[in-house]
Amino acid sequence: MPAHPRPGASVVRRLVDMRPRRGARLLLGALPILVLLLLYLIASEARHADNPADKVLPTFSAMAQAIHGFTTDLDPASGRIVLVADTVASLYRLGIGLAIATTSALILGLLLGTVPLARAILGPVIAVIAVIPPVAVLPILFIALGLDEASKIALIAIGIAPFMVRDLTSYVASLPAEQFAKAQTLGANSWQLAVRVALPQLMPRLIEALRLSMGPAWVFLIAAEAVASDVGLGYRIFLVRRYFAMDIILPYVAWISLLAIAADALLLFVSRRGFPWAHGGGR
Amino acid sequence: MSALELRNVWVEYGEKVVLERVSLDIAERSFVAVVGPSGAGKSTFLRLILGQEAPTRGQVLLDGQPMRAECGPDRGVVFQRYSVFPHLTALRNVMFGIECAEAPVTARLFGSRRRAARDTAVEMLAAVGLEHSMDVYPAQMSGGMQQRLAIAQALVKHPRILLLDEPFGALDPGIRLDMHALITRLWQEHGLTIVMVTHDIGEAFKLGTRVLAFDKRRVDPQAPHRFGATVTYDLSLDRKTLPPAALVEALGGALPQKDPA
Repeated sequence: MPAHPRPGASVVRRLVDMRPRRGARLLLGALPILVLLLLYLIASEARHADNPADKVLPTFSAMAQAIHGFTTDLDPASGRIVLVADTVASLYRLGIGLAIATTSALILGLLLGTVPLARAILGPVIAVIAVIPPVAVLPILFIALGLDEASKIALIAIGIAPFMVRDLTSYVASLPAEQFAKAQTLGANSWQLAVRVALPQLMPRLIEALRLSMGPAWVFLIAAEAVASDVGLGYRIFLVRRYFAMDIILPYVAWISLLAIAADALLLFVSRRGFPWAHGGGR
Repeated sequence: MSALELRNVWVEYGEKVVLERVSLDIAERSFVAVVGPSGAGKSTFLRLILGQEAPTRGQVLLDGQPMRAECGPDRGVVFQRYSVFPHLTALRNVMFGIECAEAPVTARLFGSRRRAARDTAVEMLAAVGLEHSMDVYPAQMSGGMQQRLAIAQALVKHPRILLLDEPFGALDPGIRLDMHALITRLWQEHGLTIVMVTHDIGEAFKLGTRVLAFDKRRVDPQAPHRFGATVTYDLSLDRKTLPPAALVEALGGALPQKDPA
């Protein structure tokens, strides 16, 4: 910036050129969250002034009390603390479902992306499966697999795997043809092409696809738990809904969001650490 | 002895004739530069030798044997872009070819064989001037360095023919001169047979021992795809030969002309 602006020149920067620094950015980002909390506080106070027994917008002290309850009370079924029992059950289902989806996406994406023959055979089937709304097959899963863990895990896997397979297939298929020609001139056979050229380049994209699938995976988990379950984060929310227990539902929703954010951060960390070349950085 | 031989080769896509009646002998240790206007089949010619394309008619012979229409380790290639693997460091990029040959299943080497492969790769990287960038990923390299790496990667396989597809087209003029010196030195030291496609006629006449110009001999204005391109000029060069005026004009005419008004 010139120290002495020309007379008549505007010293105010254009809006599109104003870039907040790191500290300012954090502060600016926190602002809307604080405003929302404040709005909630005001609305909650107003409702309680009207009706001290209001349940729709519980006060923060009521929520603190509820949090104390479900972090110390024991779940009668498992004998564990309620929140712990719910979190463990939900993360177990989510983890297995994601693992199945990721593994099948990795294998099928690699196969379909590198072998045009496989793409010709399996591509249409996967495209058809991908357009079926997963929650619509939930009853089928309950009938076929029972009401236990299997059907919930299957819903998550079926819900996200087709998207991941298609995403990875198109990614591998769009890797520059020059790379494949070059690898062949270096003596690579089909197997070596798949494991040394396509697979390593697929990995960061796999993590990317997994990050994008986390949102839908939570939706399918909570849907399955809401319909038939006896423990789990989604189960708890839908259970206490019957008593208008917003003081439990809101902290549970916040906890689920926190878990989701942590999972996303973890995946991003793994991708940056494991595949630095994909993030434009050095070693 | 000729390393590569084309006997009356035609390439057609349905009705469209891309190459017609191409008959050539490419001698061992020659540096053949291929020029021609856009759409005159230069790239098709290169893909034909590379094995990505099969002739519709005619034969391509490598060392007297009919060539399979598939890329193989007897022909190395450097493209204008995407020739190196972005997920491997420079050293691993060069080791790739050795690993593929020696470890068919794992495509990775261990112990003394790995050390031997590493030594070969280091030597090759030094030959192209990348001895200080062995552990760097391609994304951190300049365009010129990436092309040096692509050449080292190809040479480690000792290909019978090295194919260059506009290898220096995307580089700055200064870097391009360095690359000209490098490829000339490698060509002499390793006794390479090189086929290089280029847009730059000056580059072709500077580097080549022989220049092939591709163009269409016959044009039917009613059916532009009716006739294919073929070799219109085949010039053996000593270093003093200048491009014929008609060829310069033919190539210049292919470039987009500014409107006089």
